[in-house]
Amino acid sequence: MATTTPQKVGWSVANVVTIVLVLIPLVWIISLSFKTTGSITDPTYFPVHWTWSNYSGILTTSTFLRPLLNSVGIGAIATFVAVVLASMAAYAVARLNFPGKSVLIGVSLLIAMFPAIALATPLFNIERVLGLFNTWPGLIIPYVATGLPLGIYTLSAFFREIPWELEKAAKVDGATPFQAFVRVIAPLAAPGMVTTAILVFLFCWNEFLLAITLTATTASRTAPAALSFFTGSSQFAVPTGSISAAAVVITIPIIIFVLFFQRRIVAGLTSGAVKG
Amino acid sequence: MAEIILEHVTKRFPDGALAVDDFNLDIADGEFVILVGPSGCGKSTTLNMIAGLEDITSGELLIGGQVVNQKSPKDRDIAMVFQSYALYPHMTVRENMGFALKLAKTPRDVINQKVEEAARILDLTQHLDRKPANLSGGQRQRVAMGRAIVRDPAAFLMDEPLSNLDAKLRVQTRTEVSRLQRRLGTTMVYVTHDQVEALTLGDRVAVMRSGILQQVASPQELYDRPVNLFVAGFIGSPSMNFMSGTLEEGKLRTALGDIPIAGQLQQDLAGANVGRDVIVGIRPENFEDGALVPAENRHNGMTFPATIDVVESLGSEKFVYFSKELGAVETAELAELARDSGRAEGGAAAETVVARLDPATQITEGQDAELWVDVRAVHVFDPASGKNLTRGVSGASATITGGSGEAAPAPAQPDTGTGTTDQDSGSATTPPR
Repeated sequence: MATTTPQKVGWSVANVVTIVLVLIPLVWIISLSFKTTGSITDPTYFPVHWTWSNYSGILTTSTFLRPLLNSVGIGAIATFVAVVLASMAAYAVARLNFPGKSVLIGVSLLIAMFPAIALATPLFNIERVLGLFNTWPGLIIPYVATGLPLGIYTLSAFFREIPWELEKAAKVDGATPFQAFVRVIAPLAAPGMVTTAILVFLFCWNEFLLAITLTATTASRTAPAALSFFTGSSQFAVPTGSISAAAVVITIPIIIFVLFFQRRIVAGLTSGAVKG
Repeated sequence: MAEIILEHVTKRFPDGALAVDDFNLDIADGEFVILVGPSGCGKSTTLNMIAGLEDITSGELLIGGQVVNQKSPKDRDIAMVFQSYALYPHMTVRENMGFALKLAKTPRDVINQKVEEAARILDLTQHLDRKPANLSGGQRQRVAMGRAIVRDPAAFLMDEPLSNLDAKLRVQTRTEVSRLQRRLGTTMVYVTHDQVEALTLGDRVAVMRSGILQQVASPQELYDRPVNLFVAGFIGSPSMNFMSGTLEEGKLRTALGDIPIAGQLQQDLAGANVGRDVIVGIRPENFEDGALVPAENRHNGMTFPATIDVVESLGSEKFVYFSKELGAVETAELAELARDSGRAEGGAAAETVVARLDPATQITEGQDAELWVDVRAVHVFDPASGKNLTRGVSGASATITGGSGEAAPAPAQPDTGTGTTDQDSGSATTPPR
């Protein structure tokens, strides 16, 4: 498709507008995180007095560092479990014909569609009874459940693209179905698994509603939830600076992730769009 | 090393489609058997059943004297080469070839030794540490073969292993496959839709159509004594010319002229009713330029006039095409053959006769020529059942004969660009991922 000059100009303008709209709040947060407590309410967009105190403050207290660790741990475990389960389920969906296949796909879609707020209170009660409240598994289990539909969808698209003859060849070569999966199919679906892992991890990392409902202390609270528990230097001071600094800290890994893996993320989001 | 026996093997897919119907075949130890037929005839399904990749609906499959119906592929001791080669893209050539042995927990040094030996046979030694994606089509094909031979299996199964190669490489590799099988002496079942491949490679060739085994015989036998219209039309390139005919007292009336019923033909047709409609089949190579037939041979045939439409000279032979009112010879079998060879429109093509003449012929396009046809080579078929009424053919002949290479009929030798042989030579060389 040839693009004319007016088209180029039009697209450039649209792109610039979009980028500016997205960047204004982001830059604002960064700017706030460098302002001193006294100058937070300044009517200036960029800080007049630069300070690292917000960062040094949050990075020396366990009210933020421990949740950061929780976020990494819970996110990593939930991602790992979700990808392992999703790859098996997706393989079945892509390769096998079994009764109830469409029901399985339907139900997994249903889970993805369910509004999280409707689950928050029931989960809170269930987890209190089961003793899972305010523990890592208490967050990992719902995260896995929410990550699975996404994983199954993304991975089954990847599995469908692997030639079936490879599996036949592995079987004839003497592999059991499990060996064929682990040694031939799974390595070939590795790009899909990485993509799925990234998407699930981003979801876990950003999740707020369940994180704040199902945790009570820094023993299991994740970073986004911890932000809302920051307190100012006095009862009447709003900890805007600290929150901004923490927000920047937890956004950095996401930005790095996306910059590194943007191709994969796009592949994951669009896989199945053309085929399957 | 093992014999493979299929007894009343039937495959019905869950949707009810009958893919293979009551298939019976004994494959001797060390024999090279080809399954050939147009696409959709059930040949690949049969191979997959032997491999254990498809369940057998009914009947029994024996490998080395054991019923293996319920055994998974890994317990059957067979190796398979796939059309797409199905090389593992994430493994090097060495790992690809050693994969089966690794799964069988063979010691590492034994694996290395066997892989290197196979690589030497197949001339792959310098490529052992490359990935399949970096190999040419021919090299990939050899890796697929290598993966099969390092196993030293009871039998090789090949599913159109050459169809992704270009025409020239295919002819080369064909010879290599043949040599390899003779060298290893392992039972081999080979599926192809290319009748030239079938005739040149196999000790015996099994022709299939719509899931039903038509005839199993040596290549020469298939060519000389096809049991029915389908086999007659499928084997040979260019394929046999068919025309309608009527049996009369002492002669066979056809569009080309009256063929005297004498000699062998007389014996074969002794029981046939006068006035009966038949289909007459004449191979292109049974025609000759009337001017070139030696006088002492003339009485073996009959001459007829024909207006030549097209002359194709291949140097070693000339194909001439002429039109005749041949009469309707539409049967399901011939329609299927026409479809398979891409002559779907039928009509015009069905009215054209191909003759293969001595290159010395002076016949030119548009000329009214006198052609001679060897009436001893005429086949007569029953239009209803498609059965061959001549050559004492009755039922499927199943004699085991060795040495196919020498026995292969003349038309199979040059890989000419005519007929059904090359229809897929342009088909893409889709590399495996």
